[in-house]
Amino acid sequence: MKQIPIHGDALVSPDKPKANLIYKNLGSKLKAFWSFFEGNPPALIGGFLLTLIMTMAVLAPVLASHDPDRRVARSHVEPSAKHFLGSTRSGRDVYSQLLFGAQKTLSVALAAGAIAVFIAIGVGVTAGYMGGRVDSYLNFLTNVFLVFPQLPLLIVLAAFLGQVSSLVITLLLGLTSWPWVARVIRSQTLSLRHKEFVISAEVMGESRWRIILVEILPNLVSIVFGGFLGTTIYAMGAEAGLGILGLGDSTEVSWGSMLYWAQTSSSLFTGAWWEMLAPAMALALTGGALALINMSIDQMSNPKLKTGKHMKLWKKLKREADQRRGLV
Amino acid sequence: MMNELNTPVLKASGLIKDFPIGSGNKASMRALNDISFELHKGQALAIVGESGSGKSTSARILSRIFEETAGLIEYKGIKLKDFIKKFGRLEYARQVQMVFQDPFGSLNPVHTIYHHIARPLLIHKRTDKQGVEQAVYDLLELVGLSPAYETSLKYPHQLSGGQRQRVAIARAIAVEPEVILADEPISMLDVSVRLGILNLMAELKDKRGISFMYITHDIATARYFAEKTAVMYLGHMVEWGDSDAVTQTPQHPYTQLLLSAVADSARKDTVEFKANTGEIPLWGKESKGCPFVSRCHKVIEPCHQTMPAIKEISSGHFIRCYQV
Ligand SMILES: Nc1ncnc2c1ncn2[C@@H]1O[C@H](COP(=O)(O)OP(=O)(O)O)[C@@H](O)[C@H]1O
Ligand code: SF4
Ligand SMILES: [Mg+2]
Repeated sequence: MKQIPIHGDALVSPDKPKANLIYKNLGSKLKAFWSFFEGNPPALIGGFLLTLIMTMAVLAPVLASHDPDRRVARSHVEPSAKHFLGSTRSGRDVYSQLLFGAQKTLSVALAAGAIAVFIAIGVGVTAGYMGGRVDSYLNFLTNVFLVFPQLPLLIVLAAFLGQVSSLVITLLLGLTSWPWVARVIRSQTLSLRHKEFVISAEVMGESRWRIILVEILPNLVSIVFGGFLGTTIYAMGAEAGLGILGLGDSTEVSWGSMLYWAQTSSSLFTGAWWEMLAPAMALALTGGALALINMSIDQMSNPKLKTGKHMKLWKKLKREADQRRGLV
Repeated sequence: MMNELNTPVLKASGLIKDFPIGSGNKASMRALNDISFELHKGQALAIVGESGSGKSTSARILSRIFEETAGLIEYKGIKLKDFIKKFGRLEYARQVQMVFQDPFGSLNPVHTIYHHIARPLLIHKRTDKQGVEQAVYDLLELVGLSPAYETSLKYPHQLSGGQRQRVAIARAIAVEPEVILADEPISMLDVSVRLGILNLMAELKDKRGISFMYITHDIATARYFAEKTAVMYLGHMVEWGDSDAVTQTPQHPYTQLLLSAVADSARKDTVEFKANTGEIPLWGKESKGCPFVSRCHKVIEPCHQTMPAIKEISSGHFIRCYQV
């Protein structure tokens, strides 16, 4: 029988170079990425819409026809070739405002989502993996934040401060909307923690940090991503809501502040529907795109732990094995 | 005889393990009661018993997943605690490896086979960075997973149960262990691939001198693979000795029941315990008597009172029963 060589030196170096291995891995990652969209209309539509919206936001300086902050037209000009989406009561170009507003609104929402998810990962994975006392403390903290009325808090705070800048809104939303994501992550970590592959890594002598980061976390990708999209949608809605109530900074151009101005100028009553409809539609479309992607995440790259076909196969084989052993 | 042959690699004496039950910390159940056994170099000890008899708990205590409540474990002739103090926990983790029952659960679904075998090599510094790749391929070849390069790129769900179990074995032998604790390594596999896995383990045992603790509920495979067999029931060892003696001339009523179940289901592929299940009691600290009393057809009065003492019925064949 062959002995395992402990040092590779005596051997001819492998005929397949390492670069090939990395390339193949990349290839299979790309394939996994594509298979997420393949035969998955919600993901395709949502992904397409989101890409479009993001591109337009990023390219706002190029695509905008006017300076969003300046008076460039008469009050309430109808949509035309010069002003694609008309003008506001104060003579700003709605189309240009929509593009620049997308930058602000999306960055608030995405940043808040990212902050929330980072906290949620930290709290959820730690609680689920450590268990015991650490878990009960973190669980308590999570519950406190969960019952914490964040929107009323924001309103009170905004009323107190006058108007709050988008940075403050980002931080507040990020710091308060992590609990439900943390809960989902915690319970999933808890179940992963007792899986044999985690136990066997422990028995093998793998360090705690590597177990959390390399063995457990990659199994949570779809949950983390879903949580991120969920919080982002929520943050976008909250930002717009605060804007409508006039609690955001109305001098910044965002979809929320656009709604605020449209409302204070009674644009709908005066027949200037475009001033209200443009930001409202933009919000609805973006929210819809995010929700569509979120919906299709269940079938994403790691189906073995979730409801995909591999789970069904696993269950079937386990059932058969149990039957053979006379346990069922 | 040489001293090395006499000193067991791993020796457990009087192991007891209590688990708390329910949320209150008062109540507990005794999963292991007075368990003693030895693992010798290049030999296998089979632990046989129904589900819930404490087989996995024994292995998990040896691999330090659980701490024993009482009892003594000696590794290579010194107390395990002292060995770990002297050589470190990591060294013990290298020398005593575990193979799990569920080949679907013991490999991480998000990592390639390469990762699973390279990690132990790196954790225990078995090879330098350049050597890892070749060592992984060699190990895969060794356990019969060729072409190794292609296999190494696959994810666990792309392999069959038998192939996964081979990966788990490759992972265990990657670090050149002294002992492998195999917890029902074939019970979840297709019948057709079971023998292949057993033969692979037998080869490692015979040619590399690895000691095995082979946990199974299938007493037929115990005789095929292991030199010694211990039969466990409800956390107790009821009969143990040379596998031939235990399986050919079983003396304990429980061992006889296990073997008759094999005979009954000879046409089927595994043992059906269910049909013979009497009421299995919960064993606690205060429980007394013989654990098998509720299902035994030979019960006499003392069976209810105290656990029968150990009797050596023939050389190297031990039993705990009043009626033998
Ligand atoms: N972590 C645990 N906590 C509480 N009870 C346990 C734990 N592990 C095992 N047990 C109990 O110990 C007994 C023996 O279990 P186990 O060793 O898994 O048996 P086997 O492997 O022979 O099927 C069972 O009654 C089981 O419920
Ligand atoms: S000691 Fe008594 S109850 Fe236990 S197996 Fe023997 S005869 Fe049966
Ligand atoms: Mg078990």
